Amino acid sequence: MRYHVLHETEYHYDSVVTLSQQMLHMTPRNSNAQYCEQYSLIISPTPTEHTQYFDYFKNYSDYIAVFTPHELLKVSSSFTVSLQRRPYWTELQNSLPWETVAQQLLHPSNVDLEVVGYLYSSPNVKSSQALMDFALLSFWQGRPLIEAALDLTQRIYQSFEFDPEATNVSTPLDEVLAGKRGVCQDFAHLMIGCLRSLGLASRYVSGYILTNPPEGKERLVGADASHAWVSVYCPTYGWIDFDPTNNCLVQSEHITVAWGRDFSDVSPMRGVVLGGGAQELTVRVTVTPVPLMAMT
Amino acid sequence: MQSILYQIPCQVDHYNELLDANGLPHPHWQALIETLANEPASQMRHRVEAIQRQVRDNGVTYNVYADTNGLQRPWDLDALPFILPHEEWAHIAAAVAQRATLLNQVLLDIYGAQQTLSEGLLPSALVHGHAGFLRPCHGVQHEDNIALHLYAVDIARAPNGQWWVVSDRTQAPTGAGYALENRTIISSAFPDLFRDLNIQRLSGFFTSMRDSLSHWGRLCAQKQSVVHPEILSLSEGEQPLIVILTPGPYNETYHEQSYLAGYLGFPLVQGSDLTVRNGIVWLKTISGLKAVHVILRRLDDDFCDPLELNADSLLGVAGLAQATRQGHVVIANSLGSNILQSGALLGFLPKLCERFLGESLKMPSVATWWCGEPSALETVIANLHELVIKPAFPQINQHPIFGEDLTAEGRDALIEKLRENPQNYIAQEQVKISQAPAWSAHHKPNLNSLAIGLRVYACATPNGYAIMPGGLARIASGKDERVITMQRGGTSKDTWITSPTATYYSSLLRRTMSSRDLVRGNTYLSSRMVENLFWFGRYTIRNGHTTRLIRIAIQFLMEFSGEHRPIEWTTLRSVCMWYGLIPDADVDSDQDTSTIEPDDLSDEEIERQLIHAVFSSKDHSLQSSIQQFFQLAFNIRERLSGDNWRIINQMSQRFTHSKHMPTLTETLEHLNETSASLVTLSGFTLDGMTRDQGWRFMSLGRRIERLQFLCVLLQHALTMPPESNLDWLLELTDSIVTYRARYSAQPEWLPVLDLLLMDEHNPNAMIFQLKGMVKYLAEVSANYGGGAHEAVFIERLESLKALDPDLALYHGSSTLLIWLNDTYKKSIDISDQLNLRFFSYSGLPAMERY
Repeated sequence: MRYHVLHETEYHYDSVVTLSQQMLHMTPRNSNAQYCEQYSLIISPTPTEHTQYFDYFKNYSDYIAVFTPHELLKVSSSFTVSLQRRPYWTELQNSLPWETVAQQLLHPSNVDLEVVGYLYSSPNVKSSQALMDFALLSFWQGRPLIEAALDLTQRIYQSFEFDPEATNVSTPLDEVLAGKRGVCQDFAHLMIGCLRSLGLASRYVSGYILTNPPEGKERLVGADASHAWVSVYCPTYGWIDFDPTNNCLVQSEHITVAWGRDFSDVSPMRGVVLGGGAQELTVRVTVTPVPLMAMT
Repeated sequence: MQSILYQIPCQVDHYNELLDANGLPHPHWQALIETLANEPASQMRHRVEAIQRQVRDNGVTYNVYADTNGLQRPWDLDALPFILPHEEWAHIAAAVAQRATLLNQVLLDIYGAQQTLSEGLLPSALVHGHAGFLRPCHGVQHEDNIALHLYAVDIARAPNGQWWVVSDRTQAPTGAGYALENRTIISSAFPDLFRDLNIQRLSGFFTSMRDSLSHWGRLCAQKQSVVHPEILSLSEGEQPLIVILTPGPYNETYHEQSYLAGYLGFPLVQGSDLTVRNGIVWLKTISGLKAVHVILRRLDDDFCDPLELNADSLLGVAGLAQATRQGHVVIANSLGSNILQSGALLGFLPKLCERFLGESLKMPSVATWWCGEPSALETVIANLHELVIKPAFPQINQHPIFGEDLTAEGRDALIEKLRENPQNYIAQEQVKISQAPAWSAHHKPNLNSLAIGLRVYACATPNGYAIMPGGLARIASGKDERVITMQRGGTSKDTWITSPTATYYSSLLRRTMSSRDLVRGNTYLSSRMVENLFWFGRYTIRNGHTTRLIRIAIQFLMEFSGEHRPIEWTTLRSVCMWYGLIPDADVDSDQDTSTIEPDDLSDEEIERQLIHAVFSSKDHSLQSSIQQFFQLAFNIRERLSGDNWRIINQMSQRFTHSKHMPTLTETLEHLNETSASLVTLSGFTLDGMTRDQGWRFMSLGRRIERLQFLCVLLQHALTMPPESNLDWLLELTDSIVTYRARYSAQPEWLPVLDLLLMDEHNPNAMIFQLKGMVKYLAEVSANYGGGAHEAVFIERLESLKALDPDLALYHGSSTLLIWLNDTYKKSIDISDQLNLRFFSYSGLPAMERY
């Protein structure tokens, strides 16, 4: 599949901002599952400084500094990406029992050191007994890891209600677990917390998902949103992605931008401004399927 | 000698620092014990008093965040030094240097290849599960492979005489400055003994620290100028810019930070004084941005960069992590070093030492178990009664729990907690630590024996770690003698290391300098510092005025009874009201009718108001104004000499000490003392302070304040009843002596106004203020360009000179009243303009001026 993504962010400030320094996680990373063909980042006012580098998780990170006084900061990221086929459910039948995997992860010499970084609590995801109890209903003794993880995905989807009003970026996990409501970010954090409580490695993936317009309607610009889901480490198959918000194994409608331990590592835009007063944020995302390139 | 030793209560199961098995002092204590035994008891009393006075006068404080009785607590310092012989010290020093070297290696590995994890030498939870592992700092390259520039270790002595490590301090070790101050105070309390024992000096350690940081700063400067050719490389002999980054005056060790800044000669800066541009850290000074080479940080690492680290931090510098990744600044200690400050690491150090240094660890750590290891957790639970449970990571805030104190329920609750989050806890063997002699001034016997711990300091140099010969010894004087911490009320001790050979005396101030090292003019004046200096200048004068105003009012009240009080009294009262010193009669309407005239107030009521004007803690009172002045002085401490600081400190303390409602006479005495202190301080600003740009801003502050006071005062005076006496005006403006020297007659309007306005030789005259302002503003414009702020005051000066004394200088003169009103307004404007131009921190216009 091939998609074009347009992600527009606007910060309106009450008073003039004299200096703005921002870290962006908007440039999509390449992987076995996706290849980004072209990318453009348009920022207004034009930044005085702009550098791109790899962060700790090897995501693209853009640092911008705007010294021009402004009351409106616009960041518009657009790119075209082609997705490769990911393994189907039927191709993931031979994963190890989850306890065996957890045991292996205790000895880092056996595994890639990178995986170890996703085993422990992180700023937005604290392991707890409650999360472990919730997870164990899917992770019974000896159950293959991938099967259990898909079951957990389904249970989160079934027991929780999507409700943008119920939570915000700083709602703690216990509250989400108790209230049984939230958005994709909460469900991803919840599932990560469940997996880590069991000693499994799990990471947060931020990106976009294709949404289909209602039958007979035009695709609306800006109607889509940023999305987040979960990746689980399986020694047999590598990292496998699950989407608890949409109750699925990730296939070819999820466009990855960045991954990290949780949202705090990959927040699309994070920064410090001098001045500004109150601010208002508007985000518009448009995902459009585009035809595959003609083979030449 | 025996007699004083008999007094000491001894616990046999602890090592005794003073006495050997036969009850005789160890050789290195003999000289001190003999001194105490052979002198009259009063001698020691004098010493203790002198020490306490010096601690108070030097303003040595330790801020306790939770302390509601006032923010600053005087530093608690025991009169007796803690003495160690050099042979024993050599072992300690070697062990500390080894440990610092090892920890530096581990730190480099954690933020680099992570062989410690892949080889199984450290559990990955201690790195990846530690909130102090700062991912944005992974892969940073360090000059000379030094990431741990400063290191401190808390050690204690076990009953068998062996020293053990209790904990490591790798974040931003505190206390080296206190150790230095302790030394200054205690060595002067025992000058002969200090000399005879040939005690090793501390200054060499600080010289090493400064030279090493300069060395790395120099390397950093070279890199900066390669990447950014517009930044000139340092010329030979030019010093790199090293700053101390402080969390600010509310930090518990702010006093120490400002003391070290002054001692080492590094500017003390806050996060808002710095900015990152193009990957380089800049100090915002009033002459533009200056490239910073080394940051000696006292701010916790995760608070250092709100952009990539803790986003909630208001104390950091956005972009700092990026600057370190690019290698354009040296941060001491490197960001992320807090990860080593974990007790969980202790148990793994012996193996790490073998692996990294190929030798065994010279000083053992107190037996420590990290509960994150399942087998360790079971051992801990089985032996809980003889262990101390502590948090494994510094981010977890919890006091140590002693297993022996726990009830059955408490024990069960703790075990449950341990099982739930085992990785968050460590257990340490409860060590019976050694006891050292301490002096208690108030209890008998004076000579006491208390548990002692020692903090030893190391600093990295290009040739390995240097160890401070001494350290911060602390004795448990709180309720729980098992816990030694300054946070919970401990007492510190100076630590003396005897010397095998004659010591070489070196002080930072006496370093041999070549002519190349000469620096004229402070190039690194931060905007914040200048703002503080400006207001410091204003408040010195403002407090002088307030003091005189109230003093004169009290004299009126004491000299004349109600009906005989002269008519100018009403004017004096309205000046006091204008300054908010006494309540405004029109506004203050307790009664239904607002007809109460000030004259109707009883003398008792007036007296109460005046005393209130001095001592109340409300806005505008002298007391609150002095406190603000103290705060300003506190912020510029590193620029004040010890003597000046003492005066300010004493002045501010006089206000806090009075408990009962003072009488009028006492208030008057108080005002006299305050006035004398202020005059002394003014003398200092004229005599002792360097005439740099900072001084110009301070002088501007003084002139503006005095000018405004004259405007207010004369506007009131010119409209008072014509037959009023003018003595009080001269008194208030400190001009009475000059007047009497010139005119023997009773003061009259023309000569008085001439003296207060036009007389160029009277430092309190209007013309004197205007001339000074023109001069300083012109200098500021010349140095920093633009503005020409002086133009307005040149005009004011000319228009003042143009006033014809015969036509304008008389009581009620409307020409003069208008002139005063205009001048007052313009002085307010200039204060605002200075604020906008120099004191606001954005530093943006300076960008073109690299």
